[in-house]
Amino acid sequence: MPSVMLRKREDGKLLFYVAKKDLEETIESLEFDSPDKWGGEVVLGDGSKYFFEILDAPPKIPLTLQAKRL
Amino acid sequence: MAAMTREETEALIQEVLEVYPEKAQKDRAKHLAVNDTSLEKANKCITSNRKSLPGVMTIRGCAYAGSKGVVWGPIKDMIHISHGPVGCGQYSRAGRRNYYVGTTGVNTFGTMNFTSDFKENDIVFGGDKKLAKIMLEIEQLFPLNKGISVQSECPIGLIGDDIEAVSKKAAKETGKPVVPVRCEGFRGVSQSLGHHIANDAIRDWVLENRDGDNSFETTPYDVAVIGDYNIGGDAWASRTLLEEMGLRVVAQWSGDGTIAEIEKTPKVKLNLIHCYRSMNYIARHMEEKYSIPWIEYNFFGPTKIAESLRKIAALFDEKIQAGAEKVIARYTSEYEAVIAKYKPRLEGKRVMLYIGGLRPRHVIGAYEDLGMEVVGTGYEFAHNDDYDRTIKEMGNATLLYDDVTGYEFEEFVKRVQPDLVGSGVKEKYIFQKMGVPFRQMHSWDYSGPYHGYDGFAIFARDMDMTINNPCWKNIKAPWKTETAQNEAVKAVA
Repeated sequence: MPSVMLRKREDGKLLFYVAKKDLEETIESLEFDSPDKWGGEVVLGDGSKYFFEILDAPPKIPLTLQAKRL
Repeated sequence: MAAMTREETEALIQEVLEVYPEKAQKDRAKHLAVNDTSLEKANKCITSNRKSLPGVMTIRGCAYAGSKGVVWGPIKDMIHISHGPVGCGQYSRAGRRNYYVGTTGVNTFGTMNFTSDFKENDIVFGGDKKLAKIMLEIEQLFPLNKGISVQSECPIGLIGDDIEAVSKKAAKETGKPVVPVRCEGFRGVSQSLGHHIANDAIRDWVLENRDGDNSFETTPYDVAVIGDYNIGGDAWASRTLLEEMGLRVVAQWSGDGTIAEIEKTPKVKLNLIHCYRSMNYIARHMEEKYSIPWIEYNFFGPTKIAESLRKIAALFDEKIQAGAEKVIARYTSEYEAVIAKYKPRLEGKRVMLYIGGLRPRHVIGAYEDLGMEVVGTGYEFAHNDDYDRTIKEMGNATLLYDDVTGYEFEEFVKRVQPDLVGSGVKEKYIFQKMGVPFRQMHSWDYSGPYHGYDGFAIFARDMDMTINNPCWKNIKAPWKTETAQNEAVKAVA
């Protein structure tokens, strides 16, 4: 369960950063991204998949979250 | 020598790798690459931040070097105890030339070496008592210090001393921040982990000291310069530009910096990151905790300076944007004169770099402004994200080498035959003896500053001074030069 830091890039895309792994990738798709549901499966720019706990509302970004590797 | 094609460069890498045993060859091959500007991600072509091979001559440092030498050391009004045997602190003392203002030994301590000088006895019985005693002595001898940091050397981690407990107790007694830093040299693969540990120590022990204290008056134009270590006065040359365009520089991390500046940084509006590798961690933390955005900038060479000033100004209002244009206009005639003077002497010269941190990619723009070309570059301790940023800066089919070994570097230089090599002091005399002009690019070969417009003039002068030095013509013995041999032939005939 790596701790992932999420931040917005200048062009509005979400960046997925894992310090310990030197991984900085854009998030290509997020399963749930609506005002009342956020999280689920994410697909990164390099094709790898992770899973975020599903939240009731979109969190304030930047933020550090736990993600599960799929 | 003309520019090498992709195939030639690949063949060169293969040739250099041939001397290694099979296993080493396989490992080293991953760290050497031919640049391909079409790639988005560096991990497709190069591997970085891995353990160096045993038996090769690596040029890397240790975690202690990353923490004490780079991040903490320049904070001038704190005393940094090199906790452990005496050598680590003594042999690195003042080597990085982080300039500062102040009276050394009274209110600033940058070039001094404080150490707990571990002996066998301390290894056997533990050094906590000694550390507590040292802190007491420091308070008596240097009462104007603003805090202490404990920079652990290898044995501290090995014998398991509890420096945190000692530090907490001392902080309570003196009322000043005492920061234990667990930067034992054996941690990680290079100094890079030391930077990270140092950043985390600042985050945990210093950064929140003034949370909830709003007595510091802020303005909408407050910025912090992060990752500028004031080598030869670099941070000052950068700071003047930022102040001229109307920004207020609240903190310098950490060249000529103080602990008070660091504590005030959470109040700024924008963090400006120069050395991304060593300080991005704290910038990311501040973005998350205090919602302070950060951007990277580059103050080497007029093209990149103008680009960076505009990029920074774009995040502020029109007043600052106009200020940025004014700064650029003000220095235009100055740097054009520098280029006019040195470009004819340096045009077309080829450079190979092997440095650390930000320089392998940041100085490329400055060389290009002088009409020079960087044909090979590499980092001692970069991570993937550094190479991501480097690929775009370098030309196609140029050499990239990560954690290059002494042997590989020599062979590359022999084959590529650059007009200038920029690397550290360990490489300096090897290349000078080979007859290759060399600049020590870690601390600007005892020159500097190189940042900003003022620094660019010095940079250009230094490069000219090195490359066009008449001594390079005298490297060959007079009877071995071509003209001498031709004359000898004539004389015999």
